[in-house]
Amino acid sequence: MTLPLFSTTDDPGPDFAGLMQRLRVPSGVPATGGTAESTRFRHGTTVVALRFADGVVMAGDRRATEGHSIAHRAMQKVFPADRYSAVAIAGAAGPAVEMVRLFQTQLEHYEKVEGVVLSLEGKANQLSQMVRAHLPMAMQGLAVVPLFAGYDLSRGAGRIFTYDVTGGHYEESEYNATGSGGRDARTTIKLGYRAGLSRDEAVELAIQALYEAADEDSATGGPDLIRGIYPLVATVTASGFESVEEAEVAELFASLIERRRAEGHQP
Amino acid sequence: MSMPYYVAPEQVMKDRAEYAQKGIARGRSLVAIVHAEGIVIVADNPSHSLHKIGEIYDRIAFAGVGKYNEFDQLRVSGIRHADTKGYAYSREDVEARSLANLYAQYLGQVFTNEMKPLEVEILVAELGTELRPNQLYHIAYEGTITDESRFAVLGGETEGIAAVLDEQWQADWNLSAALKAAVGALAGDDRTLRGSQLEVAVLADGFGRRAFRRLDDDEIDGLLDT
Repeated sequence: MTLPLFSTTDDPGPDFAGLMQRLRVPSGVPATGGTAESTRFRHGTTVVALRFADGVVMAGDRRATEGHSIAHRAMQKVFPADRYSAVAIAGAAGPAVEMVRLFQTQLEHYEKVEGVVLSLEGKANQLSQMVRAHLPMAMQGLAVVPLFAGYDLSRGAGRIFTYDVTGGHYEESEYNATGSGGRDARTTIKLGYRAGLSRDEAVELAIQALYEAADEDSATGGPDLIRGIYPLVATVTASGFESVEEAEVAELFASLIERRRAEGHQP
Repeated sequence: MSMPYYVAPEQVMKDRAEYAQKGIARGRSLVAIVHAEGIVIVADNPSHSLHKIGEIYDRIAFAGVGKYNEFDQLRVSGIRHADTKGYAYSREDVEARSLANLYAQYLGQVFTNEMKPLEVEILVAELGTELRPNQLYHIAYEGTITDESRFAVLGGETEGIAAVLDEQWQADWNLSAALKAAVGALAGDDRTLRGSQLEVAVLADGFGRRAFRRLDDDEIDGLLDT
């Protein structure tokens, strides 16, 4: 390795992806032509995000599938993007996790080179460009659809952005979900959502949404009580990204099931 | 037709060294101290936006004195090196020693081959782990690299500052004690320096993955007054 120095006219600035191109480090899987069979690679499924009074809650199940098989039971789909934002992924697991890694590096790289943190809008746009660059692969069946949420320090509020495979990004005013169980998760949140939820209410609603999605969608994993694997939940507020403790998530699932039983439903 | 004059290589090197030293001596000095709670880097720098100290990676910091545009370019290339390495391998594979070597190679190459040497002196500081000790790599304008385990002084007039610190340094200093010693040594006998005239950053555990943190004026004054 040599010291990466560039002439002033060819300097990539704070852009890490641009730097990788100039250094000819391959990032991402090259497009091959043809369509990938979905039984050959791993898929991540349901992730949700919703706003509450102090910020946003993000949650994701843990299941990865290869066709009809379960490929992994404890996959991480919710990641801190930086101190004040989180990114969750659904779609082809390999490129999705790689995109998160590149995104995290990109944000930190910008912050270190420039000495200031990107605005939340700027971060959302950066992710948009990465999804867009991935479009050729999405056309071959390897789509990655992230969900981005963070705390906007200049507005003092949580914000959520959804994406489509073409890199379009759309701000959501309340909540959204993506992935194969996204529709069921979204409906569940819709029924329980109101503006100004407390943190505990929002976390509970997210958990309920994943529970219902897992109930209806075979590719979404529910709480695995036998192995002790639970969906990952995180909040982003003025004090930054915080993971919700596994014990709290486990307890919320237990009380959800308990409540269902007491009401006379099958859990 | 004019013939180029012959200049002895010794003279060329001497002239270049003198030129670089003069450039560096025009700026103010900078001190880094290893203490019981981590590493503190203190620069005599009244500017709040043109930094001399910067973050390179999780446990690595950079500091430079001399010509701003030249050491800032080195800082950015260090971040690029560290981020690409961490991305290609793993975060724990990024270490200060290899980066310090690259800097030394580059400065040495510019000093011997280019018309003008870089008028900078830089520092790469790494917060230790259980497996690696705290380390300060001091790299001079001509590529000479030295590693220090107690403190490093960069800038024009370093001898007086180094002598003071050499006498005072203690392994059990906490952040406040190390900062006071650094500020005292930088200020000398006839000045006092306060937060607004200083740029201070620390490498310390307990703030998550990224150990680098800047101290604001109030924090600096608070630590100086304890």
